[in-house]
Amino acid sequence: MSQKLSNAQIAWRAAQDIEDGAYVNLGIGFPEMVAKFQPPGKQAIFHTENGVLNFGEAPAEGEEDWDLINAGKKAITLRPGAAFFHHADSFAMVRGGHLDVAILGTYEVAENGDLANWSTGPKGVPAVGGAMDLVHGAKRVAVITDHVTKDGKPKLVKKCTLPLTGVGCVTRVYTSLAVLDIENQRFVLREKLPTMSVDELQALTGAELVLPNTIGDLVAPEL
Amino acid sequence: MNARNMREKDVLMDKTVPDLNSAVAGIEDGMVVMVGGFGGSGAPIELIHALIDRFKATGSPKNLTVVNNNAGNGRIGIAAMIDAGMVAKMICSFPRSADPRAFTEKYLAGEIGLELVPQGTLAERIRAGGAGIPAFYTPASYGTDVAKGKPVAEFDGKHYVQERWLKADVAILKAELADTLGNLTYRKAARNFSPLMAAAAARTVVQATRIVKPGDIDPEQVITPGIFVDAVVEVADAKQEEALMRQGVAYA
Repeated sequence: MSQKLSNAQIAWRAAQDIEDGAYVNLGIGFPEMVAKFQPPGKQAIFHTENGVLNFGEAPAEGEEDWDLINAGKKAITLRPGAAFFHHADSFAMVRGGHLDVAILGTYEVAENGDLANWSTGPKGVPAVGGAMDLVHGAKRVAVITDHVTKDGKPKLVKKCTLPLTGVGCVTRVYTSLAVLDIENQRFVLREKLPTMSVDELQALTGAELVLPNTIGDLVAPEL
Repeated sequence: MNARNMREKDVLMDKTVPDLNSAVAGIEDGMVVMVGGFGGSGAPIELIHALIDRFKATGSPKNLTVVNNNAGNGRIGIAAMIDAGMVAKMICSFPRSADPRAFTEKYLAGEIGLELVPQGTLAERIRAGGAGIPAFYTPASYGTDVAKGKPVAEFDGKHYVQERWLKADVAILKAELADTLGNLTYRKAARNFSPLMAAAAARTVVQATRIVKPGDIDPEQVITPGIFVDAVVEVADAKQEEALMRQGVAYA
């Protein structure tokens, strides 16, 4: 593999598709990075499960108010027009179809849209948080991920082998090598690195790619 | 007596209790206890520690089932309850934290039970408990291991999992303002599960940073109406759990 997008570049690419005024939930960890790359002139409104809409960036160190945190328990700030609400209202926003986009990380995503991102198996203490709710209800459920695991195994697969977070829920996948939509239970290739051939990409993908007539170049700035 | 006097004399009820020990007095062995807070935000740390003090002095309450989003952090709050051996089972969505060793050690040793509930389902089960709705259907967890053994039904072509209400014997919560009738406001994101738990518990005990007289909270600003609250105790210098954690405080 000649090159791939960094995590920041994957997050940047996902951020380009967020419409102005969209209500967006970013999963804990890597997806939080998407907030940094909102395109000029487009202002998303971020939701966090623990009851805040329209929060902004992290406060400076020493300025934290620990009653004002996100679902990852990190300190946040508020933008003008923020709102607080209780947990049942928060998840009404999630399941009730009020969010435009949810962006999550993943261990595996299958061609039928199944997502496995909460458990790597029976060892240790299981913890699910809000992931099983978040995958339902948002108009678009996107995943950002490396295209392959650290061992080089495909993360885009025919069928998930790890415990599922949700069934048939993912609509778009942004990886280090490509952008794909999930349509009719298949991965449809929308963009790929210009330096990589379709065959090379297919070899790193665990399910057959659907190839439309036009496949765009996946290009991200240096970040 | 004119109407004005009537109104002033009407307000006889006073839900304030004098101290933390009296506030936690009704919590007994084997009870289900809902604890407000999401991580350290909204954790009623002084009520929890008063409960631990009672356990250390009397051996009770023990075998508690604790409902919270998490399962404690560090050596304070719920983690200190678990360390003390008061907790038989946690019902939570995310029993991990920056420092989850209290729960993790007991869980891996088979000394504490865990009912893992997706976060939105946990919130809605508590809401349903307070609202008198015994069961409901949610899309969350359909087709996953978490849904095993639960009834499934199809509505308008989509599958949903049946979940049951969750109620408690006692809820212990942290509020910003309380009036003597139990009307509450919260501080920032410290609201989280507390308004739901207030309704879902048979007895709701609240520590408030300030207790004011009826009318001092604008009715437009009341978040939890006093009907859901049984006792309020003022803890003016209430600590913040996350801030304590970061100072490395252990409650022992």
